[in-house]
Parts: sequence; structure tokens; C-alpha cells
Amino acid sequence: MKHGLNRPALEYGSGFPTLLFKEVKRFYKVAFQTVAAPVLTAVLYLMIFGHVLEGREVYGRLSYTAFLIPGLVMMSVLQNAFANTSSSLIQSKVTGNLVFVLLAPLSHFEFYAAYILAAVFRGIVVGLGVLLITIWFATPTLEYPLWILTFAFLGAAILGSLGLIAGIWADKYDQLAAFQNFIIMPATMLSGVFYSIHSLPTAWQMVSHFNPFFYMIDGFRYGFFGVSDNSPWSSLAIVFCFFVGVSVIALRLLQKGYKLRY
Amino acid sequence: MAMHPAISIQNISKQYGALQALDDVSLTIESGEFFGLLGPNGAGKTTLISILAGLVTPGHGHAAIMGADVQKGFREARRMLGVVPQELVFDPFFTVRETLRFQSGYFGIRNNDAWIEEIMANLDLTSKADSNMRSLSGGMKRRVLVAQALVHRPPVIILDEPTAGVDVELRQSLWQFISHLNQDGHTIVLTTHYLEEAETLCQRIAMLKQGKIVALDTTANLLSRYGSVKKDGEGKTDLEEVFVNIMSKGTP
Repeated sequence: MKHGLNRPALEYGSGFPTLLFKEVKRFYKVAFQTVAAPVLTAVLYLMIFGHVLEGREVYGRLSYTAFLIPGLVMMSVLQNAFANTSSSLIQSKVTGNLVFVLLAPLSHFEFYAAYILAAVFRGIVVGLGVLLITIWFATPTLEYPLWILTFAFLGAAILGSLGLIAGIWADKYDQLAAFQNFIIMPATMLSGVFYSIHSLPTAWQMVSHFNPFFYMIDGFRYGFFGVSDNSPWSSLAIVFCFFVGVSVIALRLLQKGYKLRY
Repeated sequence: MAMHPAISIQNISKQYGALQALDDVSLTIESGEFFGLLGPNGAGKTTLISILAGLVTPGHGHAAIMGADVQKGFREARRMLGVVPQELVFDPFFTVRETLRFQSGYFGIRNNDAWIEEIMANLDLTSKADSNMRSLSGGMKRRVLVAQALVHRPPVIILDEPTAGVDVELRQSLWQFISHLNQDGHTIVLTTHYLEEAETLCQRIAMLKQGKIVALDTTANLLSRYGSVKKDGEGKTDLEEVFVNIMSKGTP
């Protein structure tokens, strides 16, 4: 065998595309669990709530089922973006195979970008799956597709970043489950997926305005119907600031090697 | 062009709470050496390796691989270094070939299939190339770890107890392969508890005890300096005896 050092010199590029591809392939290999299952869950929500609240109208003109669809799509985008980064990191940490990424000459920016873009991709794939199935029940309009894409991307990137933070912080699966069940799940459920906040008592409307997830869902829904609880521009500003905030925290943790490099 | 040592460690210290894992360790390993890093469990070998690999940040001191600082010049340092970790870790989602392609890609190396196939052939992994990592035996997983460390053709290779729990056949084929790499110019750093392996393979040895280097010399010199207390049946001192003699003395 002619060994490595006697070969022509290697040309090095960035490890980012491979890490991104690996993260996408990881969820693709178990797509039944990572894509099909959340689509089914969202469809069940639509069938149950749509049936129970049939005949109600929202914003004075929308059927409840049509109103519900964008919320369910966005909820699926957010939850799956979170699940992708958090589950990948905790699994790699617990099994120890994260060492292969840590040994490579990847910067914290490359690491962050690969994990987040994979999370965005999974979130949008699941969201599209939910949309394609649920439009059989009611057809929402697509008033402003650019708003839809913008809020979907930013929302998924935020939840991907939160998943990264949670995955770095958690040492055990139950710590990650606590983060998901006591922070992400309530914030998502109480963000206006199933209702317009105008239907809430004033005090709860106020509380909803402190939930950044509300602005993601509301802005996303504006893209479908051209009507929302809050101005899409102010929602965009809040969501963007939140994105910058969580990205800075995630990048700082990666740069410091918090719980990754000792 | 200035020639740098393969590994340069200057005054490295590392503390975990009350535990002083490394205490002012300095060491230079020249290019092309087959070097042994020995010591009892908890002596600081893995911490030292982890600092070189960038997995652990030193409390004090500097370390460099082929002249590249492991912190400030981490990209260059990591490209120069291949590490076979002690634990039998693997990604259960992927096959052997995927694992090696990904590892190559993490280093930014594309179109590396010819080299990957060659490594697999030399480590008898070709028949398992498309098997999932989960389905491999412990020995096969160990071979994949070695292949992963070689996939970016690093001039410096660190093997952290690579033969722990490995059968005799694999140990012999692994050492044959690693010896060939060393003959071709790769610098090899080995930690092992099989001292006869270290004695046979390593030209120079450092012994660590409680985070300090307590002996550093050529294997021949260590045998002649510390091996006079007891002789084996053929009247020849072995490294195990040397190790016991050195470790039984107090930390300097």
C-alpha cells in the first residue's frame, strides 16, 4: 500500500456541506418517525378540533378549519425544527460520536449553520407534508407567499437554535424532555395555533404578546389570509430580534465549547 | 521552510475541580517518531491527547501539531492530526462507507473514495463497507475508528489504547498496518496498557504519573536505566518491570 504521506497533497474545503448533508440524511433515514408521524399528528388535531368547532368563524369570514391549517403547519415546522437539532445533539453526546465532528476543523459558525439549516429543512418538509394533507379539509388562500416563507424560515431557525441550545445544555434525555415539555410545548400551544388571541380575555391577550411564538404563528398566518392579530411588520421585527438573540447564545455556547469541549 | 516537531507541548496544566489532571507537562515529539505515552489509569494520558485534539482546553500552556497551535490555529492543527479515541463510539444511523465519507467531508475533502477504499481494504473492512455500524463486532468497530482517523491522511496519528479488548489477530494486523504508516513517515503516538506492544513498537517513551512526566527516554535507555532490579527467565529486562519500578517511586 502506498500510504497517505506519499500521495499528492490534499485540497481542503469547508466541512460545512458534509455536516449539513449528514444532518439531513440522519432524519431522512428515519423519515417514518421524523416526517410521517408529525404529519399524522397534525392531521388528527385538524380532524378533532375542526369537527368540534365546526361552524365557527374567525376574523368574521374564515371557517375555523381554514384558520387552523396555517397554525398547525407552523406548529409542525417549529416542533420538528427543535426536535432535529436537539435530538441529534443529545444522541451524539450520549453515544459519544459527537467526537468525530469535534475532531474536525469546523468553526463554530460552520457547526451552527449546518445544524440550523438541517433543522429548517426538516421543519419545512414536515410543514409541507401537513399542508398537502390538510388542504383536503379546507383550502386556505395564499395571499402573501413571501411572508409565509419568511416566517417559516425564521421560525424554524429560531426553534433549531433553541434545540441546539437545549441539546448542548442537556446531559440526559429527561433534561431535554423537560425543556421540550415545559418550555417549547406550552409556548407553542399558547401562541394562537388554535385560536385568535382576540377571542381571549384582555389579560390573556396581554400575556400572549410576551410569547415570541405568537408572532411567528401570527405572521405566518398573515401570509395565508392577509389578516392577523398583529401587524406583520412588527411581528417580523420581533421574530427577527428573537432569532438574533437565540443565534448569538447558540454561537457563543459553541465558541466556548460549553459542555462540548472541556 | 522551518521544520517543526510533530508535537510540541509546553508547560501544559489542566485542573478539573480539585483534581490536577496535568501539571506543567512539556514534551516534544519529532516527526517520524513512534512514541509511547504510558501511565496508570488517571495519569493524564487521555487529557493530554484531548488537549492535542482540541477536545479539552488547557488551563495553562501551549500545544502545537506540526507547528500549528491547537487553539489559535485549530484548523491546521486538526488537519495534521488523526485520533483513534479510546471509547468504541460510532454513529448508529450510517454504514461503514458513509461513516468514512462523512469523516472525510468534515475535513473538507471531496472525492476521497479511492483512499477510503484503500484504507478499508488494508483494515479488512471492504466486505463490511455497506453494513450498518450497529451490526459490526467490537473488533470491526475498532477498525472503523482507525480508518476514520486516517481518512484525511494526517501526518500525526494518536492511538489511545487502540487494542483494548481486541483479539490477537486484529492486534497483530493493526500493528503491522500502523508500523507501515510509521515507516512511510507518519508520526505515531500510542497509549496502551499492553507494555510488550509499547516495548516492541515505540522508539521513545514518556511515562506519566499523577499528571507529571516521571520518565522520558528512548525505550532502550529506559530498559537499561530502570530495569536492573529484576530479570526475566532469559535474563532480559522488560518494559513492564521498568514501568513498575518507575511508578513505585514518588512523583518528582
